[in-house]
Amino acid sequence: MSLLIKKGRLIDPATNYDAVVDILVDGEMIKKIAPKINRSGHELIDAANKVVVPGLIDMHTHLRQPGREDEETIQSGTRAAAKGGFTTICCMPNTDPPIDDPSLVEFIYREAERRGSVEVLPIATISKDRAGKDLSPMGRLKKAGVVAFSDDGDWVADSHLMRRALEYVKMLNLPLISHCEDRGLSQDGVMNEGYTSTILGLQGMPKEAEEVALFRDLALCKMTESPLHLAHLSTAESVELIRKAKVSGVRVTTEVTPHHFTLTDREVKSFDTNTKVNPPLRGSEDLEALKEGLKDATIDVIATDHAPHLVEEKEKEYNAAPFGIVGLETALGLVIKELVQTGALTLMEAIAKLTINPARILRINRGLVKEGAKANLTIFDLEKKWLVTEEEFFSKSKNSPFLGWELPGKVEWTIVGGKVVYQDD
Amino acid sequence: MGFKRKDLLGMEDLSKEEILFILKTAESFRAVLERPIRKVPTLRGKTVVNLFFEPSTRTRMSFELAEKRLNADVLNFSTSDSSVIKGETLLDTARNILAMKVDCLVLRHPSPGAPHLLAKKIPVSVINAGDGAHEHPTQALLDLYTIREKKGGVEGLKIAIIGDIAHSRVARSNIWALQKLGAEVRVCAPPTLIPPLVEKMGVRVFYSQEDALKEVDIIMMLRIQKERQNTGLLPSLAEYIELFSLTEERLSLAKPDALIMHPGPVNRGVELPAKLADGKRSLILNQVTNGVAVRMAVLYLLLGKS
Repeated sequence: MSLLIKKGRLIDPATNYDAVVDILVDGEMIKKIAPKINRSGHELIDAANKVVVPGLIDMHTHLRQPGREDEETIQSGTRAAAKGGFTTICCMPNTDPPIDDPSLVEFIYREAERRGSVEVLPIATISKDRAGKDLSPMGRLKKAGVVAFSDDGDWVADSHLMRRALEYVKMLNLPLISHCEDRGLSQDGVMNEGYTSTILGLQGMPKEAEEVALFRDLALCKMTESPLHLAHLSTAESVELIRKAKVSGVRVTTEVTPHHFTLTDREVKSFDTNTKVNPPLRGSEDLEALKEGLKDATIDVIATDHAPHLVEEKEKEYNAAPFGIVGLETALGLVIKELVQTGALTLMEAIAKLTINPARILRINRGLVKEGAKANLTIFDLEKKWLVTEEEFFSKSKNSPFLGWELPGKVEWTIVGGKVVYQDD
Repeated sequence: MGFKRKDLLGMEDLSKEEILFILKTAESFRAVLERPIRKVPTLRGKTVVNLFFEPSTRTRMSFELAEKRLNADVLNFSTSDSSVIKGETLLDTARNILAMKVDCLVLRHPSPGAPHLLAKKIPVSVINAGDGAHEHPTQALLDLYTIREKKGGVEGLKIAIIGDIAHSRVARSNIWALQKLGAEVRVCAPPTLIPPLVEKMGVRVFYSQEDALKEVDIIMMLRIQKERQNTGLLPSLAEYIELFSLTEERLSLAKPDALIMHPGPVNRGVELPAKLADGKRSLILNQVTNGVAVRMAVLYLLLGKS
């Protein structure tokens, strides 16, 4: 079966390409890209006035399976991904049980194959049982198909273990992903430490909890010369530390979430538990620094940290509610609204951080559009506004601080391996 | 000007006019407390539930008395006899109580924002009787009432709040309330018990009690939780007493007519010695009496006119 995508504006950051073209997909692959391809004999997508980009990649998703299938499953999470324009997502291993064994990796691949809408690439734990004590069987996990290692949700506090983990992955050529948080400093905090936490009487998590951890990780990354990726940066000082490290040649890459470049800790004044995330929403000066870090490539990737929780869990007192919000279905809209429409990034730069950049970090052959490549494509309307509502979410969970927001960038078609997995109606 | 709110959640969002209106209303209820029969029919037929998720003697008794003196029906609910242990959420507990047809919830809860959650989700009035370290609005109101009674007003007074500012809802509510009425507020504690950027609330920060007390009209001592010495916040209670306890010598640095307040319960010999707590410059028992009148006023303003 062949599919012809007609007259779309193709933006492919891998080759810095931006022009209106026709794209012919044959089977799973992109067969031809040309200014005009004859339409006869092909199924047609009219992409006139739409933007066509490589299928988006989210390298930080929580799918909750196995263990919390009430919150999300591979099935529901990948449907949400498709709706948000993501064709490849990497699932974090803080499941129950944690993904620290090849059999669990195989389970995820099997489940994604059977019920998933998009590609799922598992990330395995750094430490056995995510306990921060002994290394997980990284070599066997790589054979089973994981693309990275992370104890996300917890920092590997034992510096010796982290050093050995970084050394060990050199032989595997896969990145470690670190969640930088010194719990000695963040303690039982529930939000950013600052003026807002002071007036609300809520326990704060100082920015230094992230920065202290990040500084150690940078030192170990430099020492071992191993690939290290730092998850969800949230502070101005973190951006500055990484900027300097990159200048001095440290092999570090980083990501930021849409909520951290969109919201500040002032939102917590509502006591809406959908403002409770970890790392916490920070100050406006941090938000600006994150945008600058995106612009000057200190920050390589935009990742969602999609973290589904039930209404029952979130509809609680602020202290009692869990951290995290869903993000797959609002990410592209927030990127366009907060980064592209404000002029912080060009559309090309923004799309790079959702496609080729994570692909390069994960060493996967994705995130680009060329003849012979797998036909993972996202087609969206840059201008078209849509309203964020609970009812429209495909995710099982509805915990979003953006409910009621109007966002641009409506995803119209999501195509994985030549197959339309989401179509806007 | 009246009082048109459904709930009383905190002092931060009250206007000066609203505060003065509550205090004015409290004056007439204060007079009721001096009568031979200290009871009025104002809230007859109304039901108020006191929902206390933290231990409290003074505030709970004060609310209960205020409710009874307004002739409301009163139901008390506290963690020890609640279904919270069975895993029921706060919101479920509130909705269940509501299904029994009540008119007002008075909530004391360890989590900041708990009364705000209820106020948003349920249609009856919610009164915040203390939410974690966030706010305790009726305490600030009774403190304002007491200061006005003794000093004739609040405008222009210098007031020092001394003690664990970081963990105190009384401090936060009073910082907002006193400044709205024109007082100059100082806070004084070891740096570990001062919350970050508190000066942005408009107060001056002191680490030395001697400096903080200079020329002040009112000294508000806060209760120190003895647990604080085990969490790296204080080396020891003994050191705290040596540096921050109010003594007669320190008191002499304040204005000659300076008065002492304390939200209670007092750790005698810790925040201040018995001699000062019981002395003629202490307003501690006046605060307790006025608390009933102020809470009657709040209940009346929220429930009385519908």
